[in-house]
Amino acid sequence: MSLNVSIHADPFRRRNRFLTFVSTGLLFFLLYIAHTFGTEYEIRILINCAIFITMAVSYNLINGVTGQFSLAPNAFAAIGAYTSALLTMSPMEKQLSFIIEPVVWPLSVIHTPFLVSLVIAGMVAAFMGFLMGFPVFRVRGDYLAIVTLGFGEVVRVVANNTQSITNGPLGLKGIVHHTNIAWSWGFAMVTIFFITRLIKSSYGLALKAIRYDESAAEAVGIDTFRHKMFAFILSAFFGGIGGGLLAHLITTISPNLFTFFLTFNLLIIIVLGGLGSTTGSVISAIVVTIGSELLRFFEEPLFIGGLHIPGIPGMRMVIFSLLLVLMMIFARQGLMGTREFSWNRVIDRMTAFKRHWENRK
Amino acid sequence: MGAISESPLPFIFQDRIIDTAAFTQQLINGVSLGCLYGLIAIGYTMVYGILRLINFAHGDVMMVGCYFAFYGMLLFTLPWWASFLVAILLTALLGVLIDRGAYRPVRNAPRISALITAIGVSFLLENLGLVLFGGRPKAFYRPEIFSGIHTFGEVRVLDLHVWTALLTLLIFTFIYQIIYKTRIGRAMRCIAHDMETTRLMGVDLNRIIAFTFAIGSAAAAAGGIMWAMRYPQINPLMGILPGLKAFVAAVLGGIGNVSGAMLGGLLLGLIEILLVAARPDLAGYRDALAFGILILILLFRPTGLMGERLPE
Repeated sequence: MSLNVSIHADPFRRRNRFLTFVSTGLLFFLLYIAHTFGTEYEIRILINCAIFITMAVSYNLINGVTGQFSLAPNAFAAIGAYTSALLTMSPMEKQLSFIIEPVVWPLSVIHTPFLVSLVIAGMVAAFMGFLMGFPVFRVRGDYLAIVTLGFGEVVRVVANNTQSITNGPLGLKGIVHHTNIAWSWGFAMVTIFFITRLIKSSYGLALKAIRYDESAAEAVGIDTFRHKMFAFILSAFFGGIGGGLLAHLITTISPNLFTFFLTFNLLIIIVLGGLGSTTGSVISAIVVTIGSELLRFFEEPLFIGGLHIPGIPGMRMVIFSLLLVLMMIFARQGLMGTREFSWNRVIDRMTAFKRHWENRK
Repeated sequence: MGAISESPLPFIFQDRIIDTAAFTQQLINGVSLGCLYGLIAIGYTMVYGILRLINFAHGDVMMVGCYFAFYGMLLFTLPWWASFLVAILLTALLGVLIDRGAYRPVRNAPRISALITAIGVSFLLENLGLVLFGGRPKAFYRPEIFSGIHTFGEVRVLDLHVWTALLTLLIFTFIYQIIYKTRIGRAMRCIAHDMETTRLMGVDLNRIIAFTFAIGSAAAAAGGIMWAMRYPQINPLMGILPGLKAFVAAVLGGIGNVSGAMLGGLLLGLIEILLVAARPDLAGYRDALAFGILILILLFRPTGLMGERLPE
């Protein structure tokens, strides 16, 4: 098992940067075309892809890269969604929404623009991550999993009960629809950029060392607690932003949106992509989001040659959970293992292919 | 239970006075709920003790057990006791099949892979339940024998509560005897202590592990059926919360220790019920309580009340 990380300067760095720049531009051009010509349904799927990329890449940072099996991304998404929604809703709307108990004072008058609320949402989620980190990183392995799962549940229960802040089980309605392709993909890009830069840095090396062998990492002088905490907080920050984007896409949120179900979806994504690979998380977020739309036909009534097959609601999740179990048994590495996309490899492959082709002639 | 009588022993919780009768009433409720947590916790603690695996699907196995009992009475018109018995046996079989199909292939994989598998199995059971049984809750038949109510002064005791306590004691004693008095039980304890050496001594690990799953699942089914009779309805997602809380009970008692699981279950049931009785305004936080307790135990006494082994 090699760490597969080189901190030596890459001789092709300038070329690779240029390629990344051009392909990002190309991506946004294609997204612009989709934005102009796509149907509302297609655009929504694209936005969903970006939101899931944001959440999955940040979740992968703590689960895959650092190897700390957290089950709390739903908590951070919930915190981010509620924070940003409460900040963008106008005081008037809040007054109308909170019918059982009026909203508490500072929230009742604050009204901030979308970008500011998203950043604050991320910061609140990160702060919660910081607070959670103290008890969570006292334990390891599957205990860590169950404690974070507990936090996810606690956040949901609190959201259900703090009537004057979250409006309880009624949730928030009439959130402004801000999330469009530009916002969602913009934040997805920012997330990918930050997290890949982090992974390539010496911090990233330390995080990977913790994944491979925590005791050994500690022995060579890595402050494992601080590093784990750092990864957790950063993951919470982007997870919170993902939640905020989600809230401003679906415009209605309630505590039931952020159950373990959301965590499970993200888990499927990062496992399918390969735990530890950011590239894998991105690809897999797109595959799972589009795949689950395609699988929708299983849940709708079908007519095949006059034969009527009734739709089976819930079949998608059966398929996904079966997929998860089968992946664990037969393809534990997922799509990418822990490998990452690199221009050098792509160009090596291309030149090798070209040579191969020329030799054949 | 609201009326405050002239009781000689007022219990005071946060400026709310609960008289002895009401307190006894809550005590009974708490014990019978705790018995159910304990029964489910036994399965967790046995599997964790042997495989170091949090069997996430355990609560859902319990749910399937309830549906077996439900359909046994409805479709096959079995008498209730036969239906319950068949359901418990089938659930034991289900536990063995899950181990064979999902857990055994990942036994030598990293522990996190096994945990992800368990989460997958849990979701699979829940969603298969939704597809096959439908999402709408179904009323669960409570046989006559469990339905009687006895009144002692102001305390009302449901027959079900008495039966729950008796059956739990019976099942617990039975499992305890198996673990500490039989050859197969000795093999289980050996595996928990050192799996590799036990294998070298010629013990068929897979057979013992399968047996562990059978026992744990059967206990969960028994607990689940009593749970279903307590809140007489069942739905495919009913196993999630009791499952999680039972896991907390297992950790509270000291994971890997069957008596600890029972003790942890009883304590958790009591704490939960008494908290709600003392502070009805906090009743909404009831489901978060277990996790609060879990975090506290892991911080201050990670080995649980009766455990000796440190969690990693």
